[in-house]
Amino acid sequence: MGETLTNIGQTEPRPTGWQGIAADWSSDQRAFKNVSWGKAMMWIFLLSDTFIFGCFLLSYMTARISTRVPWPNPSKVFALRIGGSEIPLILIAIMTFVLISSSGTMAMAVNFGYRRDRRKTAILMLLTAALGATFVGMQAFEWTKLITEGVRPWGNPWGAAQFGSCFFMITGFHGTHVTIGVIFLIIVARKVWRGDYDTGRRGFFTSRTGRYENVEIMGLYWHFVDLVWVFIFAFFYLW
Amino acid sequence: MVDITPADGIPPAEVAEVELYHPHSWWTKYVFSQDAKVIAVQYSATATAIGLVALVLSWLMRLQLGFPGTFDFITPEAYYQFITMHGMIMVIYLLTALFLGGFGNYLIPLMVGARDMVFPYVNMLSYWIYLLAVLVLVSSFFAPGGPTGAGWTLYPPQAIMSGTPGGQDWGIILMLSSLILFIIGFTMGGLNYVVTVLQGRTRGMTMMRLPLTVWGIFTATVMALLAFPALFVASVMMLLDRVLGTSFFMPAISEMGEQLPHNGGSPILFQHLFWFFGHPEVYIVALPAFGIVSDLISTHARKNIFGYRMMVWAIVGIGALSFVVWAHHMYVSGMHPYFGFFFATTTLIIAIPTAIKVYNWVLTLWRGDIHLTIPMLFALAFIVTFVNGGLTGLFLGNVVVDVPLSDTMFVVAHFHMVMGVAPILVVFGAIYHWYPKVTGRMLNETLGRFHFWVTFLGAYLIFFPMHYLGLMGVPRRYAELTDMTIMTESAHHLNSFISVMAFIVGFAQMVFLFNLIWSVRHGREAGGNPWRATTLEWQTPQTPPAHGNFGKDLPIVYRWAYDYSVPGAKEDFIPQNMPGSFGPSREPA
Repeated sequence: MGETLTNIGQTEPRPTGWQGIAADWSSDQRAFKNVSWGKAMMWIFLLSDTFIFGCFLLSYMTARISTRVPWPNPSKVFALRIGGSEIPLILIAIMTFVLISSSGTMAMAVNFGYRRDRRKTAILMLLTAALGATFVGMQAFEWTKLITEGVRPWGNPWGAAQFGSCFFMITGFHGTHVTIGVIFLIIVARKVWRGDYDTGRRGFFTSRTGRYENVEIMGLYWHFVDLVWVFIFAFFYLW
Repeated sequence: MVDITPADGIPPAEVAEVELYHPHSWWTKYVFSQDAKVIAVQYSATATAIGLVALVLSWLMRLQLGFPGTFDFITPEAYYQFITMHGMIMVIYLLTALFLGGFGNYLIPLMVGARDMVFPYVNMLSYWIYLLAVLVLVSSFFAPGGPTGAGWTLYPPQAIMSGTPGGQDWGIILMLSSLILFIIGFTMGGLNYVVTVLQGRTRGMTMMRLPLTVWGIFTATVMALLAFPALFVASVMMLLDRVLGTSFFMPAISEMGEQLPHNGGSPILFQHLFWFFGHPEVYIVALPAFGIVSDLISTHARKNIFGYRMMVWAIVGIGALSFVVWAHHMYVSGMHPYFGFFFATTTLIIAIPTAIKVYNWVLTLWRGDIHLTIPMLFALAFIVTFVNGGLTGLFLGNVVVDVPLSDTMFVVAHFHMVMGVAPILVVFGAIYHWYPKVTGRMLNETLGRFHFWVTFLGAYLIFFPMHYLGLMGVPRRYAELTDMTIMTESAHHLNSFISVMAFIVGFAQMVFLFNLIWSVRHGREAGGNPWRATTLEWQTPQTPPAHGNFGKDLPIVYRWAYDYSVPGAKEDFIPQNMPGSFGPSREPA
């Protein structure tokens, strides 16, 4: 038996497992018990966003398998010369490491948020934002390097023109997601730092009060962006 | 007999009431409003305004087709621009925006017993981004080269080549930008509608007590959130092809003897992305219509909807199936026969849930106390029209029949019947039905009946002959039909007749618009519940509903939405928030 917390602080017993799912969906008020509006909305948005990235990646794969010109070798294209030797994919490996690490700090921030530890939560969120910004910075470096080597959206020196098109489009779209995430991490961190979620200060635009759950909702977005990167990493760089 | 203890099997409230945003000025009350009802009216008004543009475009097209050579200003280029903008506006900027942004915003919070959408600020942004999308679209009429003439499907490679109007000018860029904006705006609204239905219902309102209107809009919104991403991606990629010179969709191709810089792209990829959006889009428009028409029929026949659960599952089933049929729009693009077989099969399977719905509507009417009010007339007209349009869909869903018919007027007749006329009839019925709630006054009855008969009969006189022209082999997408040897003289007369009818039906819409505006002040006072309906929006303390919808306390729902003519009850309807038991209800246990 699970339970549902109601408005007036009572708990109601609810069945678990499949019966619980059936009971929740056939109940009134909420289909997902104990899921706030904001969290539900973020999950559904992420589902929709999954379809966007899915379409981008499927289109890229279609372009890659249907082109008659050889596809540039990502290991070589994305290699860096460090200490006199070419190390394949090293920058991408570091970028991936940085982004995955930021998921770790984000998870810690959520944890401290629920413990009402404002200082640690804000610091960890800012650390997450810093790691995200580092990722975007390295992506900018990668773009610069490729552009100086002659890669353009409409062509490149090594093979299929779609290589550059897909690269800039997909990493650009993902980088935009990371950038938006960084901005919102800073905004939420500021609210946590200032104690908005304790004092019930209202949002500037929405005039609604926020809760520490917002840190978790922010975390959902951030983990999603990381997860998408794993797929981009696997399908674009490792293929 | 009547037990009014608030508990009555209803669990306590689970969610704390969220304080609503209270507007401080005229601007925040009526312009930058966060109230879903105001946003709904804004959405509807904008959609109607842009829909009028599309209506005028259809007149211009019919002028050209019916009386070729008479009007010099309609060049072939202009004709293609009209056809493109007409299609795109009607499907996306009118029907999608009106059903989801208009009816969705107005009806969802009221019908589920909520004070507003869950995130009113995001909801407001949704409308303003939609308005921006519409303005960008309209601006293409004034851009150099005019709007795009690529056809509403925007197929590459022709969409961005110089032979197509707007292809190398501003037209296609503005079109794609507008679509991208529309999708962003719609997503903001759509998330709101879905979360409000799932998580924002009042006490006692289970999913299986939702009026079918809410089920239709809800399912359509979920579908839109999953289908629009494909259009978004396709628009971004084509924009890059056009602006940056990438080759996602552009194969190696030469134009006017000159090799274009594109190379190696796949036009078919665009078609897949487009139709992965495009087919669900048909049902994004149709499912809200199905839902609304169910409620209209039940209310105006004073009888519970037949097979409520089957109706719900049919809506959900159609929604799911519509994601696996998209390539039936691409039979003539060429595909492996097994794929054709697969997509033909899935397409025909959709006939099962839709047939269930039609039977249930008819069985709801069976022995009902049918009031031939204007909403009911439109609802009945919808059933007939939907069956007609659906039956020709069975023809076109089969590969061997589709291939010869695909490029003919038969297809034009089919999709106008099934996703043009049929949903718009529901839109009209719904407006006549809910206008009293929105304004507090009834629409004028005489003008309404005139509007109905001219629209209904006129639509048939336009689109029925088109089937014959199509079977004869008259092609669609042609700007002129003068030297068609396959067309007999009588076929030419029929063609001109269609044009005349198009004008008459269009004129009837002007009467309707006049009625809409005139009745705001001069209509008969409606009272709170003129149709004696059961659903929550008719039980509000004020009409039109005030900010916050339900006064001090939210309603508690004790029954389903279809307790009409319950034996033993005093009235022939029992509102959803009326406690107690009155007799043998047909609510599924």
